[in-house]
Amino acid sequence: MSSFLAYTIFGLFSGAAYAIAASGLVLTYTTTRVFNIAHGAFGMVLSYLFWDFSVKQGLPIWLSLVLVLFVVAPAIGWFIARFVAKGLGEAPVSVSLVVTVGLLVGCIGFATQVYKPEARTVLPFFPETSFSLGETNITAHQVITILASIAVAVGLYLLLNRTRIGTAMRASVDNPELLKLFGGKPEAVATLSWMIGISLAGLGGILLVSTVGLDTYSLTLLVINAYAAAMLGRLKSLPLTFLGAMGLGLLSSYAPVYLPQEGLIGSVDNVVPALFLFIVIVAMPQAQLRIGQVKGIVSAPLPSLPKALGWGAALLVFVALLSGTASEANLLLVGTAATYAIVMLSLVLLTGYGGHVSLAQFTFAGVGALTYAKLDEPNLYGLLVSALVAAGVGALVALPVLRLTGLYLALSTLAFAAIMDKMLFQADFAFGFNGTLPAERLSILGMSITSTSGYVFVMAAFFVLMAFALLLVRRGVIGRMLIAMRDSPAACGTLGLDMRWFRVGLFAASAGMAGLAGGLYAGLRQSVGAAEFQFFNSLPLLLLAVVLGVTSVTGAALGGTGLMLLYNYPDAQGLLFILIAVGAVLLGRNPNGLAIYLFRLGNWLQGRLGPVLLSRLPALPADDERPASRNDDSVVEEDETTVTSTVVAGRPAGEPREVPAHVAR
Amino acid sequence: MSIPILEVVDLHASYGRIEVLRGVDLTIPKGAVMALLGPNGGGKSTLTKIISGQKAPTSGHVHLAGVNLRDAAPEDLARVGLCTVPEGRSVFPNLTVEENLTLMSYAGVPAEAVLETAFAYFPRLLERRKQLAGTMSGGEQQMLAMSRALASDPALLLLDELSMGLAPLIVDELYETVAQIAQSGVSILCIEQFARTALRVSDYAAVMTGGRIVATGEPEEIMATMSDVILGGAA
Repeated sequence: MSSFLAYTIFGLFSGAAYAIAASGLVLTYTTTRVFNIAHGAFGMVLSYLFWDFSVKQGLPIWLSLVLVLFVVAPAIGWFIARFVAKGLGEAPVSVSLVVTVGLLVGCIGFATQVYKPEARTVLPFFPETSFSLGETNITAHQVITILASIAVAVGLYLLLNRTRIGTAMRASVDNPELLKLFGGKPEAVATLSWMIGISLAGLGGILLVSTVGLDTYSLTLLVINAYAAAMLGRLKSLPLTFLGAMGLGLLSSYAPVYLPQEGLIGSVDNVVPALFLFIVIVAMPQAQLRIGQVKGIVSAPLPSLPKALGWGAALLVFVALLSGTASEANLLLVGTAATYAIVMLSLVLLTGYGGHVSLAQFTFAGVGALTYAKLDEPNLYGLLVSALVAAGVGALVALPVLRLTGLYLALSTLAFAAIMDKMLFQADFAFGFNGTLPAERLSILGMSITSTSGYVFVMAAFFVLMAFALLLVRRGVIGRMLIAMRDSPAACGTLGLDMRWFRVGLFAASAGMAGLAGGLYAGLRQSVGAAEFQFFNSLPLLLLAVVLGVTSVTGAALGGTGLMLLYNYPDAQGLLFILIAVGAVLLGRNPNGLAIYLFRLGNWLQGRLGPVLLSRLPALPADDERPASRNDDSVVEEDETTVTSTVVAGRPAGEPREVPAHVAR
Repeated sequence: MSIPILEVVDLHASYGRIEVLRGVDLTIPKGAVMALLGPNGGGKSTLTKIISGQKAPTSGHVHLAGVNLRDAAPEDLARVGLCTVPEGRSVFPNLTVEENLTLMSYAGVPAEAVLETAFAYFPRLLERRKQLAGTMSGGEQQMLAMSRALASDPALLLLDELSMGLAPLIVDELYETVAQIAQSGVSILCIEQFARTALRVSDYAAVMTGGRIVATGEPEEIMATMSDVILGGAA
């Protein structure tokens, strides 16, 4: 009985800390409609700062606490509200999610750069003091945490319900324009809520750090607990959020003790928060169908067939040249980039065309890789089966979350990915705990491809083929339906389109593409493990895909290259972070990512240089467009511009050219 | 002659490449009620958006009590006494009646005074003070919106399509309130498609179509000469 009490106290303690963090999340979401994926990451950075002030610099604990929570955290919040999150609440979910994912990657980058790995400890508050409660002890730190959560709860309640600025915070969600006409200042209100939110993230992190340890990833991932708790309150109700946090704290405290430790069930205690999150989201009531906005999103241009063919061939030639010269290690990296690019292609279908955000693409790739390795059929049949199994898993995920859209869908896929990662992939029948599986190189029609260079070329060929298939789909009936459903689900509903099965199919197709990438990757590496398909990696994947252009094939190619560089070239990281930061800011203006600017540059160059070059080279009118729009060969790209110079296309100038309405010029 | 409360001089505005205001001139004397009438798409709502600071004009000037309003933010204008009741339901649906009224105190009147005035004019709101504004009927929501005009004692009141989506009886009630506000000396610019209702309470009327003011004058005059435009729907 006393042990039960001890677990209860521990559960209440962690629940209280989750509650503090979760209430910060709810506060920023309710006032700005931006779901801060990086909430935990900020808690992590602030915990490091707290360690820096109190241990490294030797400042008194209370002073460090005041500095972190009342100076640094509000300053970060002010900065974000002012420069990052402004106007983000109105943006599509993929954009607003991605910007906060960018913040998360930035936070982790900052922490790993500034605080190199070494043993650091943060002691609990008043480590010597504890009170006995019957037969068990409760430490002063635990008491402080529980009291702090109560203080936060009461404070937030009073702020939101009893003060004018708190009322204005809730009003600004309803209608910021009207709040301005009332004389309130929505920007000031949003800034205040970000300041408080980041500060609460810091408090939650600092209270937990003595138990969790000062570790970048485990502190960041604690936020899943906060997400789960916040979801129980549907990101609105603070009392329900507190209830959820306490329940979750107790559950995760009891689970390792009272659940059987053998088999698949034994690993359930690793995924209690993710499971809780998944169940809570699935049990949520149906959201209303969104009605499309009149202004709409400018679509990325679709390439003409010859253009797409040309650039696909150019990419293949480029990869062939590369595989002839590069070293084995570099070739593996090119292959990795191709894998990422194919996974991003699956995001182009799902997110770019379909408008659904998935944070589980790497998990589907993992399923593909696992099937490929287990099946031991290193040929096209094995690859096809891997893709089909991944597609089946994708359909299975899509079924329970059919009713969800936007943020809730994204979070449910994140939860699913976490469950798969920690339960299934590490189970004995899969990769095993920290284990790897051998896999063989693919053979095509009896022809085995053993050399790495040949294999990399095959992967590039797969990318080009799939990209081509994707573009064909986009041009056809299915593509039109996809865009229509993305732009206005309500209008599609009134037209009588059955969106449910279509969506399951969409998810399955996207998961199948990712699974194919996973299978190819397994063959490339010749041994794969769960570590390569951690759910967490899907966040940077989404980030780079969206920043570089999730609505175009070019974006996927560039994004795959970028992600590979981000992981493998520390020198390129600084530049990439700048690129991501710029891209994320530009996303607010044009959700088509950096690729669209590349297309515009290409068009502009073609418009400017094309005629000049043509006049100089009258004998070769058809071959001079490439050097004009392609001056950087280090970037693998595939141009999608449809607007060709009329002379180049062999059409007499002056003949009107039909440009579809969705083609941006 | 005293300085007019609102003076609009040669105002142009556009949405992207589409010009919607093409040189609007309008003057409202202090203490007057001006009805702005005209068919759909005439630019009436755009004009209110510019006066209230929600949209920037491409050229031209707006003077409020003799002060040029260039680059003024809507929240600052609201704090110095411009009360705008925009199109549609201008209440916060997820806040209670009382919280809606509390927010009206940004205009410079203490919250207690706002509550007192609102409940004195509309006893119905007192009964529903703890109810979410979005769950009330359209007429009641419009009462709540009008409370802001009543309680904040504005220098100029902009009313955009007060009658939208409401039963005629309720529209009449609301315009009685407008008349009461007008009697207390508040200047009002009232945009309306129900021309007869608006003309009943106004001192002057202006007709706007195609982005210009095409006629101004006394209500009877306008009714007599412009009825084809304002009632026939020349859009």
